[in-house]
Amino acid sequence: MSAFFALLKRDILLSIREGGTIGIALGFNLIVVTILPLGIGPDQNLLNQIAPGALWVTLLLSLLLSLDRLFLTDYEEGTLELMTHSEIPLELIVVAKALAHWLTVAVPLAIMAPVLGLLMNLSPSQFGILTLSALIGTPALSFLGAIGAALTLGLKRGGLLLPLLILPFFIPTLIFGVSTTTGFLFTSGNYESSLALLAAISISAIVLAPFPTAWALRFNL
Amino acid sequence: MNTKTENLSLWNRIGNLFNFLANPSQFIKYSAYILPWLGIISLIGFATGLYYTFFKTPLDEEMGSTVIIMFVHVPAAWIAMMSYAIVATSSIGLLIWRHPLADVSAKAAAPLGATITFLCLVTGSLWGRPDWGTYWQWDLRMTSVLILFLLFIGLITLRSSIEEETQAGKITALLAIVGIVLLPIIKYSVEWQQSSLHQKAGIFEGQVATDFLIPLFIMAISYTTLFFYLHMKAMRAEIYRRRTISQQRKHAFDATRKEEENLDRVS
Repeated sequence: MSAFFALLKRDILLSIREGGTIGIALGFNLIVVTILPLGIGPDQNLLNQIAPGALWVTLLLSLLLSLDRLFLTDYEEGTLELMTHSEIPLELIVVAKALAHWLTVAVPLAIMAPVLGLLMNLSPSQFGILTLSALIGTPALSFLGAIGAALTLGLKRGGLLLPLLILPFFIPTLIFGVSTTTGFLFTSGNYESSLALLAAISISAIVLAPFPTAWALRFNL
Repeated sequence: MNTKTENLSLWNRIGNLFNFLANPSQFIKYSAYILPWLGIISLIGFATGLYYTFFKTPLDEEMGSTVIIMFVHVPAAWIAMMSYAIVATSSIGLLIWRHPLADVSAKAAAPLGATITFLCLVTGSLWGRPDWGTYWQWDLRMTSVLILFLLFIGLITLRSSIEEETQAGKITALLAIVGIVLLPIIKYSVEWQQSSLHQKAGIFEGQVATDFLIPLFIMAISYTTLFFYLHMKAMRAEIYRRRTISQQRKHAFDATRKEEENLDRVS
């Protein structure tokens, strides 16, 4: 287990010290949310209505941007191959790496979501539930995304192929994430079931996704 | 030999059931007999089915002449789902039992499935316009079929972007298997969100008049035979392609060896 935590710590430190991934994800999220009202028009009511959906979609896309880096650097420098010979199974290595991705990319994005909500005229009462649903829903994105990252590892255009392969798998999270956020405001009290389903998807993804990911990694090594 | 089979695990025994399918030469041999029959049945089926559809079927009271689209649309939806089932089972066969033909089958079925899913989407959309007043509605049926289409596209592009052939087969098979989980989840998650315009499947509950049922089933049979005809044809083409490639490699290898021998003799 100490190897697991060592790997987790290493990945978190690497992405914080490199800085690139978090910065790009947050910056991309900000620029898309900035551009969206310019395209749609600054109608405050309309923006307020589409805010939960729009924020979830931009969060999804920003997260996607950093996914292809999940295994790529370790694969290119050969560390990944060494990791397969370590004492812990490859599945746990996948868990560590996806967890590190969640902590360093998804959590900052979830925390930043209300700030972007201001730009989209999201009502302040929804700030809390938006962050909460994002925190509960995004583990599924990191872990399912790991499957796509492992499948496209070592491909020349892997980064471009990844969204096509993995976005369909993000749909359930997107649907329940948005219905949690909107359900909180419009149909009061109806958001709990959506939140529970969001948690169910995340938990199943954490448990199940490492297996196909590790399988795909073995094929690619 | 008997003692050997007794030692096999249940897993391997299941795999052995499909052994007669696994040999490419055997497949080439028996598919040559089956192919023309499939083609003929499908041709006759489409001829009678379309004749019935256009000239014999009474027009629906509510839907009018648009009901004709049903005979193209509904079988296409069935075959779209069936083709994904074929891709998925072939992928399982490849990853677990490493049957060489399973990869060929998965590869051949994916573009066919994408085409038929696309046909299903287009005809459904054309049907929806006069009946519901819209070409597209984000309800569960349409969304899940659209995702099925995207999944097929993903499978095809993933396979074509990996150069090494066996590698491409394995990686795509993995995606196909993960996709099985996706389809029901999407279907029900959209159901949670909103109500549906699409009518419920009522073919087997007697909601469709017999006048419509007969041509519908003729069309379904023709679609199925057409699918298997094209699938088998594509599989044969793929087997021949792979053989050609390995023959070319063998020739190249022999040629270089001969050259080396000649060089040795000269020196």
